[in-house]
Amino acid sequence: MTTTVEPSAAAAHRGGRLRDRAMRVAEAATTPLVPADFLDLFAPLRSGAELRGRIEEIHPETADAATVVIRPGADWAGHVPGQYVRIGIDVDGVRQWRAYSLTHGPRADGRISITVKAVPDGVVSNHIVHQARPGTLVHLTQAEGEFVLATDHDRLLFVTAGSGITPVIGMLRNLFPSTDDGVLRLPRSAGLDIVVVHVAPSHPHSIFIRDLEALDAAGVITLIARYDDEHGVLDINDIDHLVPDLASRRTFACGPAGLLDALAAHHDAAGLELVVEQFRASRVEPGEGGTVTFADGRTLEADGATPILDVAESADVLMPSGCRMGICMGCVIPLKEGAVRDLRNGAITSVVPGETGVLKVQTCINAAAGDCHFDH
Amino acid sequence: MTTIQKKPATGERNPIAHLTEADIEAIGVELDAIRQSVLDDRGASDAAYIRRLIATQRHLELGSRVVLLFSAFPPAWVLGTTGLSIAKILDNMEIGHNILHGQWDWMRDPKIHSSTWEWDNATPAAQWKHSHNEVHHTYTNVVGKDNDLGYGIMRVDEEQRWHPFHLGQPLWNFINACLFEYGIAAYDLDLGATIKKKQHQDPAFRAQAGQVLRKIRKQATKDYLVHPLLSLPTGSFLPTLAANATANVVRNLWSHSIIMCGHFPEGVETFEKRSIEGETKGDWYVRQMLGSANISGSKFLHLMSGNLSHQIEHHLFPDLPSNRYAEVAPKVQALFEKYDLAYCARPLVPQVYSAWHKVVRLSLPNDWLATTTPKNLPSQLKTLYAMATKGPKVRRAAQARLTQLARRQAAASAPTEVSAAA
Ligand SMILES: Cc1cc2nc3c(=O)[nH]c(=O)nc-3n(C[C@H](O)[C@H](O)[C@H](O)COP(=O)(O)OP(=O)(O)OC[C@H]3O[C@@H](n4cnc5c(N)ncnc54)[C@H](O)[C@@H]3O)c2cc1C
Ligand code: FES
Repeated sequence: MTTTVEPSAAAAHRGGRLRDRAMRVAEAATTPLVPADFLDLFAPLRSGAELRGRIEEIHPETADAATVVIRPGADWAGHVPGQYVRIGIDVDGVRQWRAYSLTHGPRADGRISITVKAVPDGVVSNHIVHQARPGTLVHLTQAEGEFVLATDHDRLLFVTAGSGITPVIGMLRNLFPSTDDGVLRLPRSAGLDIVVVHVAPSHPHSIFIRDLEALDAAGVITLIARYDDEHGVLDINDIDHLVPDLASRRTFACGPAGLLDALAAHHDAAGLELVVEQFRASRVEPGEGGTVTFADGRTLEADGATPILDVAESADVLMPSGCRMGICMGCVIPLKEGAVRDLRNGAITSVVPGETGVLKVQTCINAAAGDCHFDH
Repeated sequence: MTTIQKKPATGERNPIAHLTEADIEAIGVELDAIRQSVLDDRGASDAAYIRRLIATQRHLELGSRVVLLFSAFPPAWVLGTTGLSIAKILDNMEIGHNILHGQWDWMRDPKIHSSTWEWDNATPAAQWKHSHNEVHHTYTNVVGKDNDLGYGIMRVDEEQRWHPFHLGQPLWNFINACLFEYGIAAYDLDLGATIKKKQHQDPAFRAQAGQVLRKIRKQATKDYLVHPLLSLPTGSFLPTLAANATANVVRNLWSHSIIMCGHFPEGVETFEKRSIEGETKGDWYVRQMLGSANISGSKFLHLMSGNLSHQIEHHLFPDLPSNRYAEVAPKVQALFEKYDLAYCARPLVPQVYSAWHKVVRLSLPNDWLATTTPKNLPSQLKTLYAMATKGPKVRRAAQARLTQLARRQAAASAPTEVSAAA
């Protein structure tokens, strides 16, 4: 045994060493660049590259929403329906990062899709819906997010509003794939009992409404659609009448902060469990601002309402970022001294040198509350 | 009266005597407006420009290095060396210099950002950014403050006292040109001053020197070891080594020439330290306008010079993307004309000649070159020999005679010359 194992282990070891050495030669030959800088010219989606994707198709969904199909790089690790991906895309030459829910389950063709609704004055959403073209390279992160189904519950209620349908449609499509012969019934979704309460301004403005209606017609979900123009704006407390067996269901909700807050209050009062996904943080009244100083000595004026991330980016400081709403931790940098204020709840985080030690703070939801010094 | 008017350019005439304080402020306002107009429509096509250029440079470098693997074959040597020289020039000039200025930071691309970029040059980007962006661009052409002015080894202005040492400056300048990247590394380190002040034990200096040596080692390993070794199978070790050396020298000579043209030609003003005390934004702009010179020429020349052929525009707006300088140049030139200022621009060859002429002229005592004619050459040489070999007293006396001679010659010659100098 040992005689057969040892040579192969040694060979693997040698192979590894050889690879290391080849890598070192390649690095020595490309300095001050790195070998990847040259490989990226020819194969930006290869394994080992920074994670990127290429937009392959863009389909309009409504007048102001579109689905984008992306071929992710070889290192894409897959996702669970309901999760989101962060996308870095150049708009007017400027790299912008935003989060978008994945609107399919894992697909047989290995591609991923997102559905974007253009918000008024939205930099990225308008670009994607109205300007982006197939062939464009985008930057990606691996899928993230906790808004996913667990197997321990088969009576579910989804409450979605507007583009909040996106993570839910990803889950539903995964549970009930639709084919030319209609909706497939898979063993994994056999015992499920699903109600979807979907709120939208109007029927034509409702992304994925045809998919929801088809699932309803096939009898795999019960769709309760509420259109503001037809039914008036939904009072969330009416949900008890819309879904009488609410208490026996686990609720998943995704939509604007107002709706989610109301639903949370409702479920809290009723002692019910609620899983939410939020696209945008709600904010409290801003406080006093201050200044923000970076490691290279640059000091910027920062008001109390603008996230430090925005302040820094508008002065061309290179900042890490992600969801831009306080959930992914993609934007944390070390605060050496000073205080910041959480724009979501007004909470102050302060760092006193020699006392608190350096703290890492999220720059996307914190504004300066005094003069801040960052080690970045 | 602003400071720049009180104590303007050194030398005898004041190129901005006709400007009022309000004029200078108005110039500042107009230049700010030009800058803003570019910022307002900076966008996708600019980003596409720099990305395309970087990709082109990398293809060219890779292609040239591959061709050089067969450099024992002379046409391959010529082709590969030409390509590699151009690739290194693009890397240093239009790409590296401008990215390190932060011209492309607005794209928020971590790969094309002044805080992360590194270039094919002996001096580490971080140190160059300090000496170039902070010192040179702030103290442009201020004698004694701006190291780029003569790199601390040359006499750059009549006001600086002449010393026999300066006779060698055309030679120093040529050697500096050939080894320019090392010269830059040395003055980014402030090597001369550090040695003079015996501060080479200083930990900060040692750390920086360590970075420079590491950078030089990596660059040399690539050019003079790894690439030649990879060419060994075709028997091309030495030719590839020579190709890399050639490309480095070509890059050095070229970048030195372009940079000399920026601040050295005749007609470019230098300033005294005192002249910049209390300087306003308008004063600063005017100093940049008068302290820089352009090279006129083709699109290819602008590209290869890293658009430092638009040195005036670059010094006014160091953080605007370089691909926009050509477009703002006519507006800047119109402003020069409006305020009756001299926009110093010549084609490459006259501009390089002019810069070298100044180096040679200042290597000699003031007025020596101007007063020398074929007829008086022997006596002039005798004077020069005396000045070079005898003490300061002799130098002072001889200098006084030269100045007098120059004045007499000027008075004797046509009055046009007097009005031209006025
Ligand atoms: C986890 C997560 C998943 C997401 N999934 C999706 C998705 O599947 N589909 C989708 O379309 N979006 C989704 N978003 C929202 C998305 O990330 C962007 O915030 C949105 O596209 C707006 O970006 P923008 O650049 O166009 O707007 P910005 O230029 O950033 O903002 C412009 C204006 O729009 C307002 N605004 C910002 N976001 C919204 C919003 N969501 N609704 C209304 N107004 C807004 C801003 O306050 C501002 O006034 C998700 C966000 C998160 C955090
Ligand atoms: S960017 Fe996601 S937490 Fe700040």
